[in-house]
Amino acid sequence: MTEAVLRLSGVTREHGQGDVVVQALRGVDLAVLPGELVAVMGPSGSGKSTLLHLAGGLDRPTSGSVVVEGRDLATLTAAQVAAVRRRSVGYVFQDLNLLPSLTAVENVALPLELDGVRGGMARRAAREALDEVGVGALAGRFPDEMSGGQQQRVAIARALVGPRRLLLADEPTGALDSTTGEEVLRVLRARCEAGAAGVLVTHEARHAAWADRVVFLRDGVVVDQSGPAAAAESLLPAGGVG
Amino acid sequence: MHTAYAYSVSMSIRHGLLALLERGPSHGYQLRAEFDAATGATWPLNVGQVYSTLDRLERDGLVVQDGEPDADGRIAYRITDVGQAELRGWFASPVSAKSAPRDELAIKLALAVTTPGVDVLRVVQTQRTATMTGLQELTRLKTRVHDDVELAWSLVLDSLVFRAEAEIRWLDHCEARVARAAAERRSAAAERPAPAAPPLTTGKAGRR
Ligand SMILES: Nc1ncnc2c1ncn2[C@@H]1O[C@H](COP(=O)(O)OP(=O)(O)OP(=O)(O)O)[C@@H](O)[C@H]1O
Ligand SMILES: [Mg+2]
Repeated sequence: MTEAVLRLSGVTREHGQGDVVVQALRGVDLAVLPGELVAVMGPSGSGKSTLLHLAGGLDRPTSGSVVVEGRDLATLTAAQVAAVRRRSVGYVFQDLNLLPSLTAVENVALPLELDGVRGGMARRAAREALDEVGVGALAGRFPDEMSGGQQQRVAIARALVGPRRLLLADEPTGALDSTTGEEVLRVLRARCEAGAAGVLVTHEARHAAWADRVVFLRDGVVVDQSGPAAAAESLLPAGGVG
Repeated sequence: MHTAYAYSVSMSIRHGLLALLERGPSHGYQLRAEFDAATGATWPLNVGQVYSTLDRLERDGLVVQDGEPDADGRIAYRITDVGQAELRGWFASPVSAKSAPRDELAIKLALAVTTPGVDVLRVVQTQRTATMTGLQELTRLKTRVHDDVELAWSLVLDSLVFRAEAEIRWLDHCEARVARAAAERRSAAAERPAPAAPPLTTGKAGRR
Protein backbone atom coordinates (compact mmCIF):
# COMPACT_ATOMS: atom_id res chain seq x y z
CA MET A 1 0.00 0.00 0.00
CA THR A 2 1.14 3.59 -0.59
CA GLU A 3 3.14 5.10 2.19
CA ALA A 4 1.76 8.27 3.72
CA VAL A 5 3.87 11.41 3.15
CA LEU A 6 2.74 12.68 6.53
CA ARG A 7 1.64 10.60 9.47
CA LEU A 8 0.70 11.96 12.89
CA SER A 9 0.05 9.26 15.50
CA GLY A 10 -1.39 10.01 18.92
CA VAL A 11 -0.04 13.54 18.76
CA THR A 12 -0.49 15.70 21.85
CA ARG A 13 0.89 19.20 22.31
CA GLU A 14 0.72 21.03 25.60
CA HIS A 15 1.74 24.63 26.13
CA GLY A 16 2.67 26.00 29.57
CA GLN A 17 2.88 24.09 32.83
CA GLY A 18 0.88 23.23 35.96
CA ASP A 19 -2.42 25.09 36.35
CA VAL A 20 -2.06 27.10 33.16
CA VAL A 21 -1.34 24.17 30.84
CA VAL A 22 -3.14 24.47 27.51
CA GLN A 23 -3.73 21.27 25.57
CA ALA A 24 -3.54 22.55 22.02
CA LEU A 25 -3.79 19.02 20.56
CA ARG A 26 -5.01 15.87 22.25
CA GLY A 27 -4.30 12.50 20.64
CA VAL A 28 -4.53 13.43 16.98
CA ASP A 29 -4.07 10.76 14.30
CA LEU A 30 -3.79 11.91 10.71
CA ALA A 31 -2.26 10.38 7.61
CA VAL A 32 -1.95 12.15 4.28
CA LEU A 33 -1.10 10.08 1.21
CA PRO A 34 0.70 11.24 -1.94
CA GLY A 35 -1.85 12.86 -4.23
CA GLU A 36 -4.15 13.73 -1.37
CA LEU A 37 -5.27 17.17 -0.22
CA VAL A 38 -6.70 17.30 3.31
CA ALA A 39 -8.41 20.39 4.71
CA VAL A 40 -8.50 21.16 8.42
CA MET A 41 -11.34 23.25 9.77
CA GLY A 42 -12.16 24.34 13.30
CA PRO A 43 -12.89 27.37 15.42
CA SER A 44 -10.17 29.79 16.43
CA GLY A 45 -7.92 28.18 19.03
CA SER A 46 -8.89 24.63 18.12
CA GLY A 47 -5.27 23.71 17.30
CA LYS A 48 -5.06 24.07 13.51
CA SER A 49 -1.82 26.06 13.38
CA THR A 50 -0.32 23.87 16.09
CA LEU A 51 -1.03 20.82 13.95
CA LEU A 52 0.60 22.40 10.93
CA HIS A 53 3.67 23.54 12.91
CA LEU A 54 4.17 19.97 14.14
CA ALA A 55 3.70 18.51 10.67
CA GLY A 56 6.27 20.94 9.28
CA GLY A 57 8.85 20.20 11.98
CA LEU A 58 8.64 23.74 13.37
CA ASP A 59 7.52 22.44 16.74
CA ARG A 60 7.73 19.12 18.58
CA PRO A 61 4.85 17.15 20.10
CA THR A 62 4.59 16.62 23.86
CA SER A 63 3.80 12.98 23.03
CA GLY A 64 3.06 10.94 19.93
CA SER A 65 4.98 10.86 16.68
CA VAL A 66 5.27 12.91 13.49
CA VAL A 67 6.59 11.00 10.49
CA VAL A 68 7.42 12.82 7.24
CA GLU A 69 8.31 10.65 4.24
CA GLY A 70 9.01 7.72 6.52
CA ARG A 71 11.29 9.63 8.90
CA ASP A 72 10.20 10.09 12.51
CA LEU A 73 11.13 13.72 13.20
CA ALA A 74 11.81 12.93 16.88
CA THR A 75 14.76 10.74 15.87
CA LEU A 76 16.41 13.49 13.81
CA THR A 77 18.84 16.19 14.90
CA ALA A 78 17.79 19.83 14.59
CA ALA A 79 19.93 20.14 11.46
CA GLN A 80 18.34 17.07 9.90
CA VAL A 81 14.85 18.40 10.64
CA ALA A 82 15.83 21.69 9.03
CA ALA A 83 16.95 19.80 5.93
CA VAL A 84 13.64 17.92 5.75
CA ARG A 85 11.87 21.27 6.05
CA ARG A 86 13.84 22.81 3.21
CA ARG A 87 13.67 19.85 0.84
CA SER A 88 10.33 18.19 1.48
CA VAL A 89 8.05 20.73 3.04
CA GLY A 90 6.46 23.81 1.48
CA TYR A 91 4.91 26.02 4.13
CA VAL A 92 2.53 28.96 3.79
CA PHE A 93 2.41 30.69 7.17
CA GLN A 94 -0.72 32.29 8.58
CA ASP A 95 1.22 35.56 8.86
CA LEU A 96 3.04 35.16 5.50
CA ASN A 97 6.59 35.74 6.82
CA LEU A 98 7.94 37.34 3.66
CA LEU A 99 11.30 39.02 4.21
CA PRO A 100 10.74 42.76 3.69
CA SER A 101 14.25 43.41 2.37
CA LEU A 102 13.94 40.89 -0.48
CA THR A 103 11.94 41.21 -3.69
CA ALA A 104 9.19 38.74 -4.53
CA VAL A 105 11.44 36.58 -6.70
CA GLU A 106 14.24 36.67 -4.09
CA ASN A 107 11.81 35.62 -1.36
CA VAL A 108 10.64 32.69 -3.44
CA ALA A 109 14.16 31.65 -4.49
CA LEU A 110 15.51 31.80 -0.94
CA PRO A 111 14.61 28.27 0.24
CA LEU A 112 16.19 26.81 -2.91
CA GLU A 113 19.35 28.85 -2.48
CA LEU A 114 19.58 27.85 1.18
CA ASP A 115 19.45 24.31 -0.04
CA GLY A 116 22.39 24.84 -2.37
CA VAL A 117 20.62 25.41 -5.68
CA ARG A 118 22.63 27.85 -7.82
CA GLY A 119 21.36 31.44 -8.04
CA GLY A 120 20.27 31.45 -11.69
CA MET A 121 18.46 28.15 -11.44
CA ALA A 122 16.78 29.13 -8.20
CA ARG A 123 15.54 32.36 -9.78
CA ARG A 124 14.18 30.60 -12.84
CA ALA A 125 12.26 28.18 -10.65
CA ALA A 126 11.05 31.10 -8.52
CA ARG A 127 9.73 32.94 -11.58
CA GLU A 128 7.85 29.85 -12.70
CA ALA A 129 6.25 29.49 -9.28
CA LEU A 130 5.25 33.18 -9.31
CA ASP A 131 3.72 32.71 -12.76
CA GLU A 132 1.81 29.71 -11.53
CA VAL A 133 -0.05 31.80 -8.95
CA GLY A 134 -0.49 34.77 -11.30
CA VAL A 135 2.00 37.29 -9.91
CA GLY A 136 4.93 36.75 -12.30
CA ALA A 137 4.76 40.42 -13.28
CA LEU A 138 5.52 41.48 -9.71
CA ALA A 139 8.77 39.50 -9.40
CA GLY A 140 10.89 42.62 -8.79
CA ARG A 141 8.68 44.25 -6.17
CA PHE A 142 9.29 44.32 -2.43
CA PRO A 143 6.57 43.04 -0.09
CA ASP A 144 5.52 46.54 1.02
CA GLU A 145 4.96 47.47 -2.63
CA MET A 146 2.30 44.79 -3.04
CA SER A 147 -1.28 44.38 -1.86
CA GLY A 148 -2.10 41.84 0.85
CA GLY A 149 -3.48 39.39 -1.69
CA GLN A 150 -0.40 39.75 -3.92
CA GLN A 151 1.91 39.13 -0.95
CA GLN A 152 -0.14 36.11 -0.11
CA ARG A 153 0.38 34.69 -3.58
CA VAL A 154 4.13 35.28 -3.31
CA ALA A 155 4.10 33.35 -0.02
CA ILE A 156 2.30 30.53 -1.79
CA ALA A 157 4.80 30.55 -4.64
CA ARG A 158 7.58 30.23 -2.07
CA ALA A 159 5.89 27.13 -0.64
CA LEU A 160 5.41 25.59 -4.09
CA VAL A 161 8.87 26.19 -5.48
CA GLY A 162 11.08 23.13 -6.01
CA PRO A 163 10.05 19.51 -5.68
CA ARG A 164 8.13 19.71 -2.40
CA ARG A 165 6.38 16.52 -1.39
CA LEU A 166 4.42 17.98 1.51
CA LEU A 167 2.55 21.27 1.19
CA LEU A 168 1.28 22.87 4.38
CA ALA A 169 -0.84 25.99 4.05
CA ASP A 170 -2.27 27.97 6.96
CA GLU A 171 -5.14 30.17 5.75
CA PRO A 172 -3.51 30.73 2.34
CA THR A 173 -6.61 32.39 0.93
CA GLY A 174 -7.18 34.81 3.82
CA ALA A 175 -6.51 38.05 1.94
CA LEU A 176 -7.74 36.91 -1.48
CA ASP A 177 -11.02 37.67 -3.22
CA SER A 178 -13.16 34.71 -4.17
CA THR A 179 -11.89 34.17 -7.72
CA THR A 180 -8.22 34.68 -6.81
CA GLY A 181 -8.67 32.36 -3.83
CA GLU A 182 -10.07 29.77 -6.17
CA GLU A 183 -7.11 30.12 -8.54
CA VAL A 184 -4.74 29.44 -5.66
CA LEU A 185 -6.73 26.36 -4.68
CA ARG A 186 -6.60 25.11 -8.25
CA VAL A 187 -2.81 25.38 -8.13
CA LEU A 188 -2.63 23.60 -4.78
CA ARG A 189 -5.01 20.91 -6.00
CA ALA A 190 -2.98 20.43 -9.20
CA ARG A 191 0.23 20.02 -7.17
CA CYS A 192 -1.43 17.34 -5.10
CA GLU A 193 -2.77 15.60 -8.17
CA ALA A 194 0.80 15.58 -9.47
CA GLY A 195 1.79 13.57 -6.39
CA ALA A 196 2.35 15.91 -3.46
CA ALA A 197 0.48 15.58 -0.17
CA GLY A 198 -1.25 18.73 1.05
CA VAL A 199 -2.76 20.00 4.28
CA LEU A 200 -4.84 23.16 4.03
CA VAL A 201 -6.08 25.06 7.07
CA THR A 202 -9.01 27.30 6.29
CA HIS A 203 -12.07 28.96 7.82
CA GLU A 204 -13.86 28.94 4.49
CA ALA A 205 -15.99 25.91 3.78
CA ARG A 206 -15.96 26.78 0.08
CA HIS A 207 -12.18 26.47 0.02
CA ALA A 208 -12.04 23.38 2.23
CA ALA A 209 -14.33 21.73 -0.30
CA TRP A 210 -11.41 21.53 -2.75
CA ALA A 211 -9.88 18.87 -0.52
CA ASP A 212 -10.38 15.14 -0.80
CA ARG A 213 -11.07 15.03 2.90
CA VAL A 214 -12.07 17.61 5.48
CA VAL A 215 -11.01 17.05 9.08
CA PHE A 216 -12.90 18.91 11.81
CA LEU A 217 -10.86 19.92 14.86
CA ARG A 218 -12.51 20.92 18.10
CA ASP A 219 -10.50 21.76 21.23
CA GLY A 220 -7.51 19.84 19.93
CA VAL A 221 -9.44 16.71 18.99
CA VAL A 222 -10.49 15.46 15.54
CA VAL A 223 -14.26 15.18 15.95
CA ASP A 224 -15.28 14.21 12.43
CA GLN A 225 -14.21 13.91 8.79
CA SER A 226 -16.13 14.44 5.59
CA GLY A 227 -15.76 13.48 1.98
CA PRO A 228 -15.81 10.28 -0.01
CA ALA A 229 -12.15 9.69 0.79
CA ALA A 230 -12.79 9.95 4.53
CA ALA A 231 -13.73 6.33 5.00
CA ALA A 232 -11.06 3.74 4.30
CA GLU A 233 -7.66 5.12 5.20
CA SER A 234 -8.70 7.25 8.15
CA LEU A 235 -10.50 4.39 9.88
CA LEU A 236 -7.41 2.21 9.93
CA PRO A 237 -5.47 2.36 13.17
CA ALA A 238 -2.31 4.45 13.05
CA GLY A 239 0.56 2.41 11.72
CA GLY A 240 -1.79 0.00 9.97
CA VAL A 241 -0.74 1.29 6.57
CA GLY A 242 2.59 1.88 4.90
CA MET B 1 -42.45 18.82 -6.33
CA HIS B 2 -45.39 20.18 -4.37
CA THR B 3 -46.24 16.80 -2.88
CA ALA B 4 -42.62 16.18 -1.90
CA TYR B 5 -42.63 19.53 -0.14
CA ALA B 6 -45.90 18.77 1.64
CA TYR B 7 -44.62 15.36 2.67
CA SER B 8 -41.43 16.79 4.04
CA VAL B 9 -43.27 19.49 6.00
CA SER B 10 -45.61 16.95 7.55
CA MET B 11 -42.65 14.74 8.51
CA SER B 12 -41.05 17.68 10.29
CA ILE B 13 -44.24 18.46 12.17
CA ARG B 14 -44.40 14.83 13.30
CA HIS B 15 -40.87 14.94 14.62
CA GLY B 16 -41.37 18.39 16.08
CA LEU B 17 -44.34 17.21 18.12
CA LEU B 18 -42.41 14.14 19.25
CA ALA B 19 -39.57 16.39 20.40
CA LEU B 20 -42.00 18.50 22.44
CA LEU B 21 -43.60 15.41 23.98
CA GLU B 22 -40.13 14.19 24.97
CA ARG B 23 -40.25 16.92 27.64
CA GLY B 24 -43.42 15.45 29.13
CA PRO B 25 -47.08 14.71 28.31
CA SER B 26 -48.99 17.56 26.75
CA HIS B 27 -52.20 18.28 24.84
CA GLY B 28 -52.78 19.79 21.43
CA TYR B 29 -53.25 23.46 22.34
CA GLN B 30 -50.19 23.43 24.53
CA LEU B 31 -48.13 21.65 21.84
CA ARG B 32 -49.08 24.23 19.28
CA ALA B 33 -48.01 27.09 21.56
CA GLU B 34 -44.75 25.33 22.41
CA PHE B 35 -43.99 24.58 18.76
CA ASP B 36 -44.42 28.25 17.88
CA ALA B 37 -42.29 29.26 20.85
CA ALA B 38 -39.52 26.79 20.01
CA THR B 39 -39.34 27.68 16.32
CA GLY B 40 -39.95 31.40 16.71
CA ALA B 41 -43.20 31.04 14.73
CA THR B 42 -41.22 30.34 11.53
CA TRP B 43 -43.83 27.74 10.81
CA PRO B 44 -47.11 28.62 12.44
CA LEU B 45 -49.28 25.52 12.93
CA ASN B 46 -53.02 25.46 13.28
CA VAL B 47 -54.63 23.32 15.89
CA GLY B 48 -56.22 21.10 13.24
CA GLN B 49 -52.75 20.19 11.89
CA VAL B 50 -51.62 19.40 15.41
CA TYR B 51 -54.53 17.08 16.13
CA SER B 52 -54.42 15.30 12.79
CA THR B 53 -50.69 14.75 13.26
CA LEU B 54 -51.27 13.43 16.78
CA ASP B 55 -53.88 11.02 15.38
CA ARG B 56 -51.38 9.67 12.90
CA LEU B 57 -48.66 9.43 15.54
CA GLU B 58 -51.07 7.49 17.75
CA ARG B 59 -52.05 5.22 14.85
CA ASP B 60 -48.35 4.47 14.25
CA GLY B 61 -47.74 3.75 17.93
CA LEU B 62 -45.37 6.70 18.46
CA VAL B 63 -47.59 8.37 21.10
CA VAL B 64 -50.43 7.21 23.35
CA GLN B 65 -53.18 9.07 25.16
CA ASP B 66 -52.11 9.96 28.67
CA GLY B 67 -55.02 9.33 31.06
CA GLU B 68 -58.58 10.62 30.74
CA PRO B 69 -59.63 13.90 29.11
CA ASP B 70 -59.47 16.88 31.50
CA ALA B 71 -62.47 18.99 32.63
CA ASP B 72 -62.43 20.85 29.29
CA GLY B 73 -62.36 17.58 27.37
CA ARG B 74 -58.73 17.97 26.27
CA ILE B 75 -56.66 14.83 25.81
CA ALA B 76 -52.99 14.77 26.76
CA TYR B 77 -50.53 12.60 24.81
CA ARG B 78 -47.36 10.88 25.90
CA ILE B 79 -44.42 9.66 23.77
CA THR B 80 -43.83 5.88 23.58
CA ASP B 81 -40.54 3.98 23.42
CA VAL B 82 -41.06 3.59 19.68
CA GLY B 83 -41.65 7.33 19.45
CA GLN B 84 -38.44 8.04 21.34
CA ALA B 85 -36.48 5.78 18.99
CA GLU B 86 -37.99 7.61 15.99
CA LEU B 87 -37.01 10.97 17.51
CA ARG B 88 -33.46 9.89 18.20
CA GLY B 89 -33.19 8.74 14.60
CA TRP B 90 -34.37 12.14 13.37
CA PHE B 91 -31.82 14.07 15.41
CA ALA B 92 -29.06 11.67 14.37
CA SER B 93 -29.63 12.08 10.63
CA PRO B 94 -28.70 15.12 8.56
CA VAL B 95 -31.27 17.07 6.58
CA SER B 96 -30.87 16.21 2.90
CA ALA B 97 -30.03 19.00 0.48
CA LYS B 98 -32.67 17.49 -1.78
CA SER B 99 -35.51 17.68 0.71
CA ALA B 100 -37.61 20.68 -0.19
CA PRO B 101 -37.87 22.83 2.93
CA ARG B 102 -34.40 23.60 4.14
CA ASP B 103 -36.10 25.24 7.10
CA GLU B 104 -36.42 21.74 8.48
CA LEU B 105 -32.84 22.23 9.60
CA ALA B 106 -33.63 25.45 11.46
CA ILE B 107 -36.56 23.75 13.10
CA LYS B 108 -34.57 20.67 13.99
CA LEU B 109 -31.92 22.75 15.72
CA ALA B 110 -34.46 24.95 17.48
CA LEU B 111 -36.04 21.80 18.89
CA ALA B 112 -32.72 20.14 19.62
CA VAL B 113 -31.71 22.93 22.01
CA THR B 114 -34.96 22.60 23.94
CA THR B 115 -35.34 18.82 23.99
CA PRO B 116 -33.80 17.07 27.00
CA GLY B 117 -31.04 14.58 26.37
CA VAL B 118 -30.20 15.72 22.82
CA ASP B 119 -26.52 16.34 22.09
CA VAL B 120 -26.95 19.54 20.09
CA LEU B 121 -23.29 19.75 19.11
CA ARG B 122 -23.53 16.24 17.67
CA VAL B 123 -26.62 17.23 15.66
CA VAL B 124 -24.71 20.27 14.34
CA GLN B 125 -21.62 18.23 13.47
CA THR B 126 -23.61 15.51 11.71
CA GLN B 127 -25.23 18.16 9.53
CA ARG B 128 -21.96 19.97 8.91
CA THR B 129 -20.24 16.79 7.74
CA ALA B 130 -23.14 15.98 5.42
CA THR B 131 -23.29 19.51 4.00
CA MET B 132 -19.50 19.56 3.57
CA THR B 133 -19.59 16.26 1.70
CA GLY B 134 -22.19 17.76 -0.64
CA LEU B 135 -20.06 20.87 -1.05
CA GLN B 136 -17.05 18.74 -1.97
CA GLU B 137 -19.12 16.96 -4.62
CA LEU B 138 -20.23 20.29 -6.09
CA THR B 139 -16.64 21.50 -6.13
CA ARG B 140 -15.52 18.39 -7.98
CA LEU B 141 -18.25 18.98 -10.54
CA LYS B 142 -17.06 22.55 -10.92
CA THR B 143 -13.50 21.54 -11.68
CA ARG B 144 -14.77 19.58 -14.66
CA VAL B 145 -16.72 22.51 -16.11
CA HIS B 146 -14.99 24.76 -18.61
CA ASP B 147 -16.00 28.31 -17.84
CA ASP B 148 -15.72 29.48 -21.45
CA VAL B 149 -18.21 27.01 -22.88
CA GLU B 150 -20.40 26.31 -19.89
CA LEU B 151 -20.45 29.58 -18.00
CA ALA B 152 -24.15 29.37 -17.22
CA TRP B 153 -23.86 25.91 -15.70
CA SER B 154 -20.80 26.97 -13.80
CA LEU B 155 -22.66 29.93 -12.27
CA VAL B 156 -25.52 27.68 -11.23
CA LEU B 157 -23.03 25.41 -9.50
CA ASP B 158 -21.56 28.47 -7.80
CA SER B 159 -24.94 29.40 -6.40
CA LEU B 160 -25.28 25.93 -4.87
CA VAL B 161 -21.74 26.21 -3.53
CA PHE B 162 -22.44 29.56 -1.84
CA ARG B 163 -25.68 28.23 -0.38
CA ALA B 164 -23.95 25.21 1.14
CA GLU B 165 -21.23 27.48 2.47
CA ALA B 166 -23.81 29.76 4.09
CA GLU B 167 -25.37 26.77 5.77
CA ILE B 168 -22.02 25.68 7.19
CA ARG B 169 -21.31 29.19 8.47
CA TRP B 170 -24.69 29.27 10.11
CA LEU B 171 -23.97 25.88 11.73
CA ASP B 172 -20.64 27.24 13.04
CA HIS B 173 -22.53 30.20 14.43
CA CYS B 174 -25.14 27.95 16.11
CA GLU B 175 -22.40 25.85 17.62
CA ALA B 176 -20.64 28.86 19.08
CA ARG B 177 -23.89 30.18 20.55
CA VAL B 178 -24.84 26.83 22.06
CA ALA B 179 -21.37 26.46 23.58
CA ARG B 180 -21.53 29.96 25.04
CA ALA B 181 -25.01 29.41 26.45
CA ALA B 182 -23.81 26.17 28.07
CA ALA B 183 -20.83 27.98 29.61
CA GLU B 184 -23.14 30.69 30.98
CA ARG B 185 -25.45 28.06 32.45
CA ARG B 186 -22.50 26.38 34.10
CA SER B 187 -21.24 29.57 35.70
CA ALA B 188 -24.76 30.55 36.79
CA ALA B 189 -25.22 27.11 38.31
CA ALA B 190 -21.94 27.50 40.17
CA GLU B 191 -23.26 30.72 41.75
CA ARG B 192 -26.76 29.51 42.57
CA PRO B 193 -27.11 26.15 44.36
CA ALA B 194 -30.51 25.26 42.78
CA PRO B 195 -30.64 26.33 39.14
CA ALA B 196 -34.04 26.89 37.57
CA ALA B 197 -34.90 24.93 34.43
CA PRO B 198 -33.70 26.78 31.32
CA PRO B 199 -36.52 28.73 29.65
CA LEU B 200 -37.72 27.82 26.19
CA THR B 201 -35.65 29.42 23.50
CA THR B 202 -37.91 31.90 21.81
CA GLY B 203 -35.27 34.29 20.49
CA LYS B 204 -33.38 34.29 17.25
CA ALA B 205 -30.95 31.57 18.36
CA GLY B 206 -31.92 29.01 15.77
CA ARG B 207 -32.95 31.17 12.88
CA ARG B 208 -31.29 32.54 9.86
N1 LIG C 1 3.21 29.27 22.32
C1 LIG C 1 2.03 29.08 22.95
N2 LIG C 1 1.93 29.19 24.29
C2 LIG C 1 0.77 28.97 24.94
N3 LIG C 1 -0.37 28.63 24.32
C3 LIG C 1 -0.33 28.50 22.98
C4 LIG C 1 0.86 28.72 22.23
N4 LIG C 1 0.57 28.51 20.91
C5 LIG C 1 -0.75 28.19 20.88
N5 LIG C 1 -1.28 28.17 22.10
C6 LIG C 1 -2.69 27.83 22.44
O1 LIG C 1 -3.00 26.59 21.82
C7 LIG C 1 -4.32 26.59 21.32
C8 LIG C 1 -4.32 26.29 19.85
O2 LIG C 1 -3.71 27.36 19.13
P1 LIG C 1 -3.60 27.39 17.54
O3 LIG C 1 -2.76 28.56 17.16
O4 LIG C 1 -3.16 26.05 17.07
O5 LIG C 1 -5.11 27.64 17.13
P2 LIG C 1 -5.76 27.81 15.65
O6 LIG C 1 -6.77 26.74 15.51
O7 LIG C 1 -4.69 27.92 14.63
O8 LIG C 1 -6.52 29.22 15.80
P3 LIG C 1 -6.74 30.41 14.70
O9 LIG C 1 -7.90 29.99 13.86
O10 LIG C 1 -7.11 31.57 15.57
O11 LIG C 1 -5.47 30.62 13.94
C9 LIG C 1 -4.89 27.96 21.68
O12 LIG C 1 -5.63 27.84 22.86
C10 LIG C 1 -3.67 28.81 21.87
O13 LIG C 1 -3.93 29.86 22.77
MG1 LIG D 1 -4.03 29.47 13.36
